[in-house]
Amino acid sequence: MKMNEPVGQTETIDFKLNGETISAFAGETIIQAAARHGVDIPHLCYKEGYRPDGNCRACMVEIKGERVLAPSCCRAPAANMDVQSNNARALASQKMVVELLLNDVTVDEDLKPGANELTYWAEKLGVKQGRLPRREGWAPDVSHPAMDVNLDACIQCTRCVRACREEQVNDVIGYAFRGLDSKIVFDMDDPMGASTCVACGECVQACPTGALAPAKKAYQVVTDKKVDSVCPYCGVGCQLTYHVTDNKIVRVEGKDGPANHERLCVKGRFGFDYVHHPHRLTKPLIRKPGVAKTADFKVDPDNWREVFREATWEEALDFAANGLKKIRDRDGPNALAGFGSAKGSNEEAYLFQKLVRTGFGTNNVDHCTRLCHASSVAALLEGVGSGAVSNQVSDVVDKADVIFVIGSNPTSNHPVAATWMKNAAKRGAKLIVADPRRNELSRYTWQYLQFKADMDVAMLNAMLYTIIEENLYDKEFVRQRTSNFEALRENVKGYSPEAMAPICGIPAQTLREVARTFATSKGSMILWGMGISQHVHGTDNARCLIALSLITGQIGRPGTGLHPLRGQNNVQGASDAGLIPMMYPDYQRVDNPEAIARFEKFWNQKLDHNPGLTVVEIMDAACDGKIKGMYVEGENPAMSDPNANHAREGLASLEHLVVQDIFLTETAYLADVVLPASAWPEKTGTVTNTDRIVQLGRRALDMPGDARQDLWIIQEIGKRLGCKWSYTGPESGVAQVYEEMRQAMNSIGGISWKRLEEQSAVTYPCRTEDDPGQSVVFTENFPTADGRGKLVPADLIPANERPDAEYPFVLITGRQLEHWHTGSMTRRASVLDAIEPQAVGSVHPLDLDAIGALPGDTITVASRRGRIALVARADEGTPRGSIFIPFAFYEAAANELTNAALDPFGKIAELKYCAVKISKGGEVKPLATYGGGQSYDEPRKKALGVAD
Amino acid sequence: MAETVSIPISKIRRTRPTPKGRPVDPAARADIAALIEGVPREREYLIENLHRIQDKFGHLSAAHLNALSEAMRLAQTEVYEVATFYHHFDVVKEGEAAPPAVTVRVCETLSCAMAGARDLLEKLPALVGPNVRVLAAPCIGRCAEAPAVCVGQNAFGHAKLQEVAKCATEAKVKPRHHEPHALADYVSQGGYKTFAECAGGKRDVESVIKVMEDAGLRGLGGAGFPAGRKWRIVRAEPGPRLMAVNIDEGEPGTFKDRHYLERDPHRFLEGMLIAAWVCDIKDIFVYLRDEYHACREMLEREVAALIANPPAELPRIHLRRGAGAYICGEESAMIESIEGRRGMPRLRPPYVAQVGLFGRPTLEHNMETLFWVRDLIEQGPQWFSKHGRNGRKGLRSFSVSGRVKKPGVHLAPAGITVKELIAEYCGGMCEGHEFYAYLPGGASGGILPASMGDIPLDFDTLQPYGCFIGSAAVIILSKHDKARDAAQNLMEFFEHESCGQCTPCRSGTAKAAQLMRAPKWDRALLEELSVAMADASICGLGQAAPNPIRTVIQHFSDEV
Repeated sequence: MKMNEPVGQTETIDFKLNGETISAFAGETIIQAAARHGVDIPHLCYKEGYRPDGNCRACMVEIKGERVLAPSCCRAPAANMDVQSNNARALASQKMVVELLLNDVTVDEDLKPGANELTYWAEKLGVKQGRLPRREGWAPDVSHPAMDVNLDACIQCTRCVRACREEQVNDVIGYAFRGLDSKIVFDMDDPMGASTCVACGECVQACPTGALAPAKKAYQVVTDKKVDSVCPYCGVGCQLTYHVTDNKIVRVEGKDGPANHERLCVKGRFGFDYVHHPHRLTKPLIRKPGVAKTADFKVDPDNWREVFREATWEEALDFAANGLKKIRDRDGPNALAGFGSAKGSNEEAYLFQKLVRTGFGTNNVDHCTRLCHASSVAALLEGVGSGAVSNQVSDVVDKADVIFVIGSNPTSNHPVAATWMKNAAKRGAKLIVADPRRNELSRYTWQYLQFKADMDVAMLNAMLYTIIEENLYDKEFVRQRTSNFEALRENVKGYSPEAMAPICGIPAQTLREVARTFATSKGSMILWGMGISQHVHGTDNARCLIALSLITGQIGRPGTGLHPLRGQNNVQGASDAGLIPMMYPDYQRVDNPEAIARFEKFWNQKLDHNPGLTVVEIMDAACDGKIKGMYVEGENPAMSDPNANHAREGLASLEHLVVQDIFLTETAYLADVVLPASAWPEKTGTVTNTDRIVQLGRRALDMPGDARQDLWIIQEIGKRLGCKWSYTGPESGVAQVYEEMRQAMNSIGGISWKRLEEQSAVTYPCRTEDDPGQSVVFTENFPTADGRGKLVPADLIPANERPDAEYPFVLITGRQLEHWHTGSMTRRASVLDAIEPQAVGSVHPLDLDAIGALPGDTITVASRRGRIALVARADEGTPRGSIFIPFAFYEAAANELTNAALDPFGKIAELKYCAVKISKGGEVKPLATYGGGQSYDEPRKKALGVAD
Repeated sequence: MAETVSIPISKIRRTRPTPKGRPVDPAARADIAALIEGVPREREYLIENLHRIQDKFGHLSAAHLNALSEAMRLAQTEVYEVATFYHHFDVVKEGEAAPPAVTVRVCETLSCAMAGARDLLEKLPALVGPNVRVLAAPCIGRCAEAPAVCVGQNAFGHAKLQEVAKCATEAKVKPRHHEPHALADYVSQGGYKTFAECAGGKRDVESVIKVMEDAGLRGLGGAGFPAGRKWRIVRAEPGPRLMAVNIDEGEPGTFKDRHYLERDPHRFLEGMLIAAWVCDIKDIFVYLRDEYHACREMLEREVAALIANPPAELPRIHLRRGAGAYICGEESAMIESIEGRRGMPRLRPPYVAQVGLFGRPTLEHNMETLFWVRDLIEQGPQWFSKHGRNGRKGLRSFSVSGRVKKPGVHLAPAGITVKELIAEYCGGMCEGHEFYAYLPGGASGGILPASMGDIPLDFDTLQPYGCFIGSAAVIILSKHDKARDAAQNLMEFFEHESCGQCTPCRSGTAKAAQLMRAPKWDRALLEELSVAMADASICGLGQAAPNPIRTVIQHFSDEV
């Protein structure tokens, strides 16, 4: 792993290198010290940041007094050591090693032109092929959609093995066989495409010769610029570099950002060509007169002309704004609502909520955070006074001793965060994972708690019970820093592990052991996902987790705390920026007089003092005719909302719907006007990751056709609704919008635009320009009214819809590694679509057998709200009696089945639990013009401008 | 939603019916569960568990490996890369044919090659038919009885074509029973008394170490590190300390460890226990090469007997089985193998005494070194150091093979010359053979001409000639043999046995073997290659592999 330079490193050792005395820092190897002093010793298996392995022997140096040469990548200098890296003896070995390796590269072309480390050193050392006999070649492996394997260029340096096993810990690549037959293999020497490879691409990034390379010769394309940005997908916030040629992204590499240190996952590294998909909207569209809006519409973005006609920007913007204005002026501001997006920038989120609050005049503004961590945030605000994480994911790496992951499948949803957890487990930290579905982390766990779905509170209360009963709680912390402990103590009395074991499915002894370990470790950290939040008792689930941290004092220090893993790249920032109905920017409540005064002055306008409606409430209000007009920016509620048919009915019944997006989404199909917007690499802006790190993404591409930047579109709509805005400067005035937002948000007060341009990433809270940002919060007190953390007891509340005789299965929804959110982007990314081309339902093989179906058969899944048909995948990780379906597939939309029952505090829907029945057979809905792996070949080749 | 299909169904990629990669086959899962029931599942038992599968099913199917990886919470590739590293595991992937039930391994390393192994390898397949597999194998430690074979686990020497064929077709694959000097006899003759005295506080550690130092006993695995000093070093390291005993006797021409083990196992075990006592070690790992099947059975039996009747409190003794890899005789490779990994040597520093097995300070010894401990303590250091010839001190167990009348293990004074050894201990050269050349130290120790047959054989005496004594495996060549053929045989052995980790050895041994096939050697290029191999390889295998090349160029230049 690449980490920032050690700070304040002062201890040094003096030694002689090639006759000159130089000094090395303690812990440095000879090669590192030499490099710092301008002596570049040849090396191939050594990669800065990775564990040195010393196998290639290109970096051999002579150390006076030693019998043989030493690998400078593995040897630490000792005081007065006399090292020669360039005398005749050292050079002879260095050259021969490079010659041996070069000699056996039997491919005709350079597979990594311009960056091939072997040819670089061969040229530098004046080594050529030809003197030695050659080894036999290997057959290339082009079985994977993302990567090509060409072992004829392999030098067995095992950087890929370390990449796969020690960095990302996916454990797919091995070094098999022996001697000259030694070979890099995937699983059991399987084709890469048939292996367990998750295509993180770390091996490609690590390979010095291009033996592992991006597919279809992407390395052969000369790139004309590199642009640093942030990954557009999940909330981990990996920094990356776009390699661009002719306004096309050719490939993506991981950058050394604070959250990822060069690591990426398959989406970030290979899921970029959606931006070049032929379905990109390039002209504003207006619905044709007479084309009805119905919930059961047809999705076929290739044939949009059946529904829409093209329009000029002037016409479309006027049409969009006038429709909204008409409703506002006729029915009042609360007949309007806006959905912003957690996929947009902070500046867009800020401006969008400002538009709704000042232009529409309502607080009816929300976004998909409602379906994500709304309940977590409700519990956190109540308990610790802040909805953001207390500690960063990176704390797991070297600070936490116990890592408790619950209701989260990070290897799929936060893959790079998962790598840090696996690293931690490998160094000996105790990883505890609790989830009804067994996931890929299970192999690394100290304890895997596969508890019964919906029984979170039972399990967590049993842990609280144990900690209190066994007197393991932190009395000092409880006394000084919490309130309401007695109520909690009283409440958990009915939840002994022995009583809860049959309810949650985990043996009492295990519950006790886990509780003891959590309570007594030097640092225990909790990370959770939507398995906690997406229940009618989601807030209660989170309350239990908060209580666990508080009563054990496992908060307020490095390696402890509470971390709800954020789902989208800017879901933290969008909420921070006020894209939620009850808060202005920085979580200032819209019904708080101080806040009202501040914002009425800041925006120079009277504001609505009542909290607005949330996502699901807005859809209900639309169905009821109370909401008549909406502006949806970059969201896809027709796919993402629970009980999607109901949501679609709501959208269809709107008088006026404005949708701003990059594709003709399911939601856009119901629009009156569609505004073609910018994809992430086409704009500059900031996003805030799950760690509270504000990061700057820089524009890498021009937009296709007549598409426009989102920030510009929001301003144009705003102007037409009477907002007196003037944001000037490049990139739609993004810097000015940011600086205005900063004035409204004390938490980022110290993060100026200029600072972001220089540093790319700054953690908040950050009050002043010289504040490095606080990675750990709550160290002294909690930002609650009394400064204490509030313990809130929780009782068992059953899921809203339990299985019964008619609907005996539980449906669990979520994401899979390759597909993100509603699939509008990832299903148009050729590699991701090729790996997961179809909707699948994961079922335990025995359950599949019980309905007479084989793995791969079509099955039909029905709930009281809808019915879908899809391919069955036999998955032993899925618990008996349940089915897991990702919600990214329009042809089998999981949300047609889900239940919109809400958690009363967070207003989040119970997307993790509803009753369904499963039967063999059924007809899978036909695919339209994307998905199904069809985008893999031609468009991709075209997009890359590369012939096969 | 859509009524129309815009694309033909044939263009849609069908999704996977199971999660990524090979799913675990339920039948294989049941097999493995039954096979390793009650067996520890920590990583270190991987090779042991692979043996269980290989022994039971005759091969390692991908399905079984996958089920084993699940049971041991390892990744598929972690199991696969270990299974494919060792020669004695037959990995069979889906769609591949399993090997026949009986395998005959014919040793083709130097002494056996000189005794007609090639003939056996060529003629056996036709005699045994398709149900028996005939493989060429590296040295199996029976060089005095060359040519040697191993039919299944039944190893024997003086192999005759018809006898081997009969054995194979009748599937006589069990190891031959050994009746050594058993525990009761050993105890009745004073065995374990010294260990009991040590453990009982009747002897002090310092005096025992002093005996070792005064006797000048050096490590007999080949490196020759003074045993007493090693004990002092390890003793000074922080606990817990571990011990590893190396009986991976794989150096071509070497069979002394087997010789002593077969005859008097408890003498070795007592030495081992005393060493563990000196260094306050609670866990001992004994690594025995897989080729010594009979020794394994015997050792398991005798250790069990010892544990049943302990002379004093015993440390835990863990027997570990190799799986066909010469490199695992290298001390750090052996440690990797004991930990259940590929036998790839570690880089040093840190040294094994500091960071060894499971990251702990480790006392590692060759079996024979421990074999002499009891006698040294009971008879005093003089008993050992009074021997010696030509200015050298002590005794050496020479494993002699090749063209002599009486090959075998000969305990002779250190410093004896090869001519003396042949004449006094080996009954002279075979009929019709005239002494031409000799290998003083197995495959790695170089080759010397008969004209240099008066050099004292001991540690440190051969270095000036580009050679070393190593494990004292002496192979005698006659005028019927050629030094270059011997060198070629050895280089091919090294190529076969290179672990594949570092470039100079993995690639260098292969390139050297190929270059050496030329009638006239490219001496300059071979020398360049040799320098890099000797200077830049990680371990002794690669560092010493060029010795045959260099000594042939130096002493037998007319041949190349």
